[in-house]
Amino acid sequence: MTDSLLHVHGLVKEFHLKPARGAGWKKRIVQAVSGVSFDVARGETLGLVGESGSGKTTVGRCVLRLLEPTAGQVSFDGVDLATLSFDELREVRRRMQIVFQDPYASLDPKMTVGASIAEPLVVQGIGGDHQEKVVSLLELVGLSADHARRFPHEFSGGQRQRIGVARALALDPALIVLDEPVSALDVSIQAGVVNLFDDLQQRLGMSYIFIAHDLSVVRHIADRVAVMYLGKIMEIGPAEQVYEHPTHPYTKALLSAVPLPNPRVERGRSRIMLEGDVPSPVNPPSGCRFRTRCWKATELCSMQEPELQMRADGQSSACHHPEG
Amino acid sequence: MTVVQTEVGEQTSERLTRSALIRLRFFRNRLAVAGVVILAMMFLLAFVGPFFSKHRWDELDFLALLQPPSQEHWFGTSQIGGDVFALTIRGLQKSLIIGLLVAVFSTGLAAIAGGFAGYLGGKVDRSVMWLIDALLVLPSFLIIAVMSPLYRGRTWLVFVVLLAAFGWMVTARIVRSATMSLRERDFVRAAQYMGVPVRKIVFRHLLPNVASILIIDATLNVGATILSETGLSYLGFGVQPPDVSLGSLIAEGTASALTYPWLFMFAGSALILTVLAVSFIGDGLRDAFDPGSNKSKKKSKAS
Repeated sequence: MTDSLLHVHGLVKEFHLKPARGAGWKKRIVQAVSGVSFDVARGETLGLVGESGSGKTTVGRCVLRLLEPTAGQVSFDGVDLATLSFDELREVRRRMQIVFQDPYASLDPKMTVGASIAEPLVVQGIGGDHQEKVVSLLELVGLSADHARRFPHEFSGGQRQRIGVARALALDPALIVLDEPVSALDVSIQAGVVNLFDDLQQRLGMSYIFIAHDLSVVRHIADRVAVMYLGKIMEIGPAEQVYEHPTHPYTKALLSAVPLPNPRVERGRSRIMLEGDVPSPVNPPSGCRFRTRCWKATELCSMQEPELQMRADGQSSACHHPEG
Repeated sequence: MTVVQTEVGEQTSERLTRSALIRLRFFRNRLAVAGVVILAMMFLLAFVGPFFSKHRWDELDFLALLQPPSQEHWFGTSQIGGDVFALTIRGLQKSLIIGLLVAVFSTGLAAIAGGFAGYLGGKVDRSVMWLIDALLVLPSFLIIAVMSPLYRGRTWLVFVVLLAAFGWMVTARIVRSATMSLRERDFVRAAQYMGVPVRKIVFRHLLPNVASILIIDATLNVGATILSETGLSYLGFGVQPPDVSLGSLIAEGTASALTYPWLFMFAGSALILTVLAVSFIGDGLRDAFDPGSNKSKKKSKAS
């Protein structure tokens, strides 16, 4: 990792739950993220995929310090974020932005689009002509200047998401966390927005953390992919390699669920059906977290937790019985 | 029928802004429009009326005591020769001003207290809620009555402050619960992330989004305030003589309501019409802002 922009090491985030009724006073703790490490290089897109509840959104929020991590280190551009004061953090946040999942909730319905986009500029005390900047941002994301005076409810979901992107771009960030930015959009709109991200990255050269549960979207945009399950990274590596040669059973199962465009191939291939549900993160299984649903699980899996191990060039997975 | 509806729907999304749509819905409501007309007439009467009146409200005509309505005294005269028309107008003026001021103050206070309590949560929320509960259990009517010597001989603004201090709690609770659900929305989170100061988040992002609640409540508060003001004045605890309000006029007139009905009739009908008009407007506003809300769920706010 020569040109690393973001370095995350051993990230843990626990949430405390209120004790269930009748369960006594024992505190229940959910480990949403338990020991996640990864790097993001400059200009790179890291895709973060996993089922609901796998902790991918929590990772994104911890990176941005929207949530305070319980343990672990997050450093951005060589600066450990935990050591920063509130004001210093605000400085760093100029260069890290977020695009939210729900374009209907992420814009203030009572503010004009122009005011929403200009808000980060105002808050950061950046002078100059905000109006001009807003117009250039709107044009950058494929909207037009006269949209600035309108209100969010006058736009479609895809347009709103573009507005959210324009707001994130206002401060010329080096990293944008895209928290399921297309999952609330219609499929026909998704492609346009994903291509917008691609296009912007080529022009402006920022890094993305792209959180999604749609594997094909991630494959399209990500350089590297991290597959998460129950708060842990199961497999991480270059996107093409992970998609073509998954080494973790969970990755393989996930990929087999993605429909293929060619019906002949689609009919011919075998699909791996996972049994049961994701175990409760309050009470995760011992050893390997995936073992309760894994068809390869042995006694070893319940005794010892597998470490992330290098399988091929840049590709690692955490499994005792990796796929060949 | 369906065709017509889609046409309207398209029109509203294409051509009408939200405020225009609300205005349209409001003016479609006949009672609400009647309320606006009546209230406008009351205001005209109260503030323009004195210029047309033949007598001043504090001027006594010793040659006409307890006269019924006539050319000279439109609403008749009182026991000491005061012109009832001038007195009623003066009383209406006082009641309207007090109602408006108290509604503005108490709704403003409610917005600030409820907004900060709902957004900040924790200790701030607990202390504001404690204060609200404490004020709610106090019998405000009695306390204002007991405190009335405070403003005897002084300005009636003290009375306004007292009424406002006891009128903000219910609205504050509503604002608090609305803010609590708003603060989990992503646009608030985005603002927090950008480092927008708390004060600005509350005033720029949260309160504008509960504006409809505030407008409706302020309107309904006007009616409730006029009622409690006249109630207090009726018992002699509100607006102090020599000044008059609708309440004190009614109080003076009731003793001889059967023999000299003009003494209290005009003040009484002015009161009824005003409060009725205000609550029609309030209901109309609520239906315009929030067409889905159930009419029967209307909260009774009169104290």
